[in-house]
Amino acid sequence: MNNPTMSEMSGAKALMYSLEKEGVDVVFGLPGGANLPIYDALVDAKFRHILVRHEQSAAHMADGYARIKRKAGVCLATSGPGATNLITGIATAYADSSPVIAITGQVPLNMIGKDAFQETDIIGVANPCTKYAFQPRCAPEIPEVVKKSFYIAESGRPGPVLIDIPKDVQQDVTEILFPDLIKVRGYKPIVDPDLSNVGKAVELLLSSERPIIMAGGGVILSGAFSELQAIAELIMAPVVTTFKGKGAFPENHPLAMGPIGMHGHAEANRIILEADCILAVGARFSDRSVGRFDEFGKGMNIIHLDIDPAEIGKNKSVDIAIVGDVKSALRTMVKMLSKTITKKNTENPWLRRRKELIEYFSENIKDYPRELTARKALKKLRELLPPESIVTTEVGQCQMWTSLHFDVISPGTFFSSTGLGTMGFGFPASIGAKAARPDVHVVDVAGDGSFNMTENSLAVSVLENLPVIVFLLNNDMLGMVAQWQRTFYDRRYMGVHQKSCPDYVKIAEAYGANGIKAQSMDELEKAIKNALKSEVATVIDLTIDPEEDVYPFVAPGTGLKDMITGA
Amino acid sequence: MSSKENKPKPFYIISSLVENKPGVLFRITNLFRARNFNIESITVGITEKPDLSRMTITTRIDEAILDQLVKQLRKLIDIVEVEILDVNNTVYRELALIKIKAKDFTNRNEIINFANVFRANILDIGIESVTVEVIGTPDKIDAFKNLILQYDIVEMARTGVSALQRGE
Repeated sequence: MNNPTMSEMSGAKALMYSLEKEGVDVVFGLPGGANLPIYDALVDAKFRHILVRHEQSAAHMADGYARIKRKAGVCLATSGPGATNLITGIATAYADSSPVIAITGQVPLNMIGKDAFQETDIIGVANPCTKYAFQPRCAPEIPEVVKKSFYIAESGRPGPVLIDIPKDVQQDVTEILFPDLIKVRGYKPIVDPDLSNVGKAVELLLSSERPIIMAGGGVILSGAFSELQAIAELIMAPVVTTFKGKGAFPENHPLAMGPIGMHGHAEANRIILEADCILAVGARFSDRSVGRFDEFGKGMNIIHLDIDPAEIGKNKSVDIAIVGDVKSALRTMVKMLSKTITKKNTENPWLRRRKELIEYFSENIKDYPRELTARKALKKLRELLPPESIVTTEVGQCQMWTSLHFDVISPGTFFSSTGLGTMGFGFPASIGAKAARPDVHVVDVAGDGSFNMTENSLAVSVLENLPVIVFLLNNDMLGMVAQWQRTFYDRRYMGVHQKSCPDYVKIAEAYGANGIKAQSMDELEKAIKNALKSEVATVIDLTIDPEEDVYPFVAPGTGLKDMITGA
Repeated sequence: MSSKENKPKPFYIISSLVENKPGVLFRITNLFRARNFNIESITVGITEKPDLSRMTITTRIDEAILDQLVKQLRKLIDIVEVEILDVNNTVYRELALIKIKAKDFTNRNEIINFANVFRANILDIGIESVTVEVIGTPDKIDAFKNLILQYDIVEMARTGVSALQRGE
């Protein structure tokens, strides 16, 4: 243990030092009455502050940053409305296991519980959507609380942590000690997997004829890309992903089958039903991925590898459970498998079946008959975008089209609000991602409905020199809701029309960004090339037909076998 | 806090050691609420270590859900230890105070006799009521309560279960 350092300073200053000690290089936030001392201390902080226009976006930016850096992202807000505005972003991070540290101001200690101006019990509000929420009651507690927060947020199954600091605790000047080591006795994340279970899993994989790998978000969170690829190539198993796992495995790889689920790839949804053994890695068998829990995996052996013991048996009972870090467990499996497998089984009925399904569905799923469709647009985007570019999405049809028609080539370069499904997430998250990786292009595939929710982040993108590309699939509709109303409610449309308001090119220009309208494939190609060269954010407003549906579709409450292909 | 479902579910005692600080009870009960699990009883008290409290929760849920519940509880950072106690290898007790309407001498005598059989104590006698203290397993308290239902219960207070695993 290093010598603890101690000096006299304010709680707010101690917060800055604590954040610096954690290696924070940027925070996203908005000031207010109850966090003014923090903002005063920020003047002298060594890291960058990015001013947002709405706190929800600050949380999404911190989240986007965290997902790309694979370390905690930090956001700041004041008490009351500032804090509650963060909640959607915190809940989004929680649903997708993203390490976000949210630091809120609070009314002074003696005002807590008095319904003071801008007082909210944010600890209570945040409880169900954070891994933990702290409220330091005196300035000397701050360094320990910050250290614990980062540890809890980043370790085990990552997730958001809230730190709520009363204003007088920020202001209090006193002797403050900075610990190098902390202990959280009730928190014991399991990292090393049980080797006997890993051995059993390896035996089961070796004895199965039709193995399949289902890769989830845990692969991305642990950065187990090369391990996943190694195991797939050793046992020659087709790899499907969950939507959150999209991009865990290069989607141009010969064994890649793409995401399964409600709007999964048809061949992926089909092949998983025909497997005799599923290796689920860092996945949680969500309803959107597997359809009906009771039908999924019937008659198959399921091996479930996850860092969160509470995920084992939550949605699906499994044959072999391995609790531990995905990367270290896969590494062990690869070692064990390499000893047994001397010759790769590159030609067998199972791999032939895989090819057959891909060919069948590529011929049998037709594109929507227009010159410019979401599918064609996304394929064009893939063609023109460098492979290491980062792509995120908004929520709805734009998101599902991306899942279907945009292949992620470089692992870990794609993310989306997959768990909570937060409209308005993609654009601020893309700005956060750009702050984490300013050297690559970052694209938000958006719909008009979602983009409208957080478009004021254009100000942040322009002023903070974080140019991203908004690839706006504009069907002038809340498209996914419209699709459901078309499919399940006899075309009785209600509350879905956007009526060409606003004009997104003008919106972009109003913020000093680049706005380009594209109504044909030619215009689209020019727009993408223009955007890739632009020094400011570009909104490509792409006109698509409001009746273009997302297919295939596994209707809610049905199983993957009931997939509608729309052919 | 009774369950609306007809079929009785198995009875479990969950024993946990938790941080002795504000907000811990809220986090634990909020987890039950969020997943719609019913708490039948809950007791909290300090332990031999001043910074740890023992929280004993009894609940009636399906076994599969129980497993999930314990895993979720274990994830809570304020819970240091949690285990399901094997009812057959556990000593557990609850205390109930029951104020029973007793209009006359005969009533009072009958209630006192019942109380003696159950080794319950009479804590208070008024002109129209008798207050009894019963200590035992929840089943024993239920049995006593059912027996004296014929006299009308004015008020009842139960502590919930405290439990410890038997010694080796």
